[in-house]
Amino acid sequence: MSEPTWRRKDLLGIAPLSAEEITLVLDTAESFLEIAERPIKKVPTLRGKSVLNLFFEASTRTRSSFELAEKRLSADSLNFSSGSSALVKGESLIDTARNLQAMAPDLLVVRHQHPGVPHLLAERVEAGVINAGDGAHEHPTQALLDALTIRRHKGRIAGLKVAIVGDVAHSRVVRSNVHLLAKLGASVTVAGPRTMMPVAADSLGVTVCYDLEEALEGADVVMMLRAQLERHRRALFPSVRDYFRLFGLSRARLARAQEDVIVMHPGPMNRGVEIASEVADGPGSVILEQVANGVAVRMAVLYLLAAAQGGGE
Amino acid sequence: MTKAARSQHLRVQRTVLDAGGVARAIDDMAEALLEEEPAGDGLMLIGIRTRGLPLAERLAAAIARRSGVTPPIGALDITLYRDDLSTIGPQPVVRGTDLPGPIDGRVVVLCDDVLYTGRTVRAALDELADYGRPRAVRLAVLVDRGHRELPVQPDVVGLRLDTTPEQVVEVAFADVDGSDAVRLLARAGEEEEA
Repeated sequence: MSEPTWRRKDLLGIAPLSAEEITLVLDTAESFLEIAERPIKKVPTLRGKSVLNLFFEASTRTRSSFELAEKRLSADSLNFSSGSSALVKGESLIDTARNLQAMAPDLLVVRHQHPGVPHLLAERVEAGVINAGDGAHEHPTQALLDALTIRRHKGRIAGLKVAIVGDVAHSRVVRSNVHLLAKLGASVTVAGPRTMMPVAADSLGVTVCYDLEEALEGADVVMMLRAQLERHRRALFPSVRDYFRLFGLSRARLARAQEDVIVMHPGPMNRGVEIASEVADGPGSVILEQVANGVAVRMAVLYLLAAAQGGGE
Repeated sequence: MTKAARSQHLRVQRTVLDAGGVARAIDDMAEALLEEEPAGDGLMLIGIRTRGLPLAERLAAAIARRSGVTPPIGALDITLYRDDLSTIGPQPVVRGTDLPGPIDGRVVVLCDDVLYTGRTVRAALDELADYGRPRAVRLAVLVDRGHRELPVQPDVVGLRLDTTPEQVVEVAFADVDGSDAVRLLARAGEEEEA
């Protein structure tokens, strides 16, 4: 049996990956977890490599997570964020790509409000590109860190029942997670208000349901999504109180899930909106582990992409 | 056919050590180690993944038989400390480092199956330094095949073997490979002995 290898230049989404590639990222990330426990939390692996973090859309935790991952691998990182970006000054994306290419970075980490921007950049630059969230399309490293968290608790992903609850239509986290969980053999139910469910949601290969309690029945894993009530241009839900009453995760509701259910949230969470404090801080909550696992997963992705550039063959 | 032979079209030229030979070599290594470092005195065996780990386990067992004290065992994965990230293409899977405790003040015995260029040992020393400051670091290898590219020398050696750079030294351990052996391999067409 040959060792699994990574040959992709970019990580643009979960959709194009095979189950073997996903497992390789998770296995690699597992090894990187230990680095956070060392007295010196740094390895020299990406010494001399430069990584540009391009955040056209505001982000604190994903950017910090990538930055920490880069520093722990000894890469030199440089941040472009929305406020300082030349894009604000009217430069076209293609010109931005040319300028970036001229700086000869090794890797780009890209977040943009429009789907497909990382893909466009990936075609135009030699550097490896990591999609850190493009519109409502994909957020592959979030799905990978979620999968690592599930696997560390459940020992597997195949055969698990996963409920994903909330604003499904506007979530790139859901899309990446649905692809990943399906490839690794979990069965996924998405639940949320009808106004937050995409047209033809069932074409994603998931069970669609509009009732939280039905979705929680027998679940091994519950992923709550942020109710981005402030973001929607038109009201998708009457009020915060109504949202919590119908789709908020309380301890009483969680009792419908498996006894050893784990509760996840990509953050930032709104206590009392999509999740009750008693659940967020409760025994099954793995929300802070997700953050720690996120650094390890991003280290694994940076490492695999950088190593693939060696491309001996 | 062996694993290395399958992947690189190599053929076994000869078996250098059979199971009995490997066992004797490990026993001799344990004896040599104990002459230098009494086992109870902070000895820690750290195997470099992958074949250094079974060697560390076997050495620890041999030391326990002789001294009655089983030294703690750890595993070191040097993948992240290699100096050839961008030149060799697809990387080996990172399997992680797992040390049995703090290394400060201990006598760490780095164990590896084959000593060749010395680059693996250089990487292992760099990694150890990130974990702490051992009192001393020793190097124990089952086979020293020569051709060093860095100034690295072993403290304890099971077997010194003359090789050409084209040859491959393959070490098999019973625990992971089914049986103990050291074999010398060569590419098809380079059948002559070194």
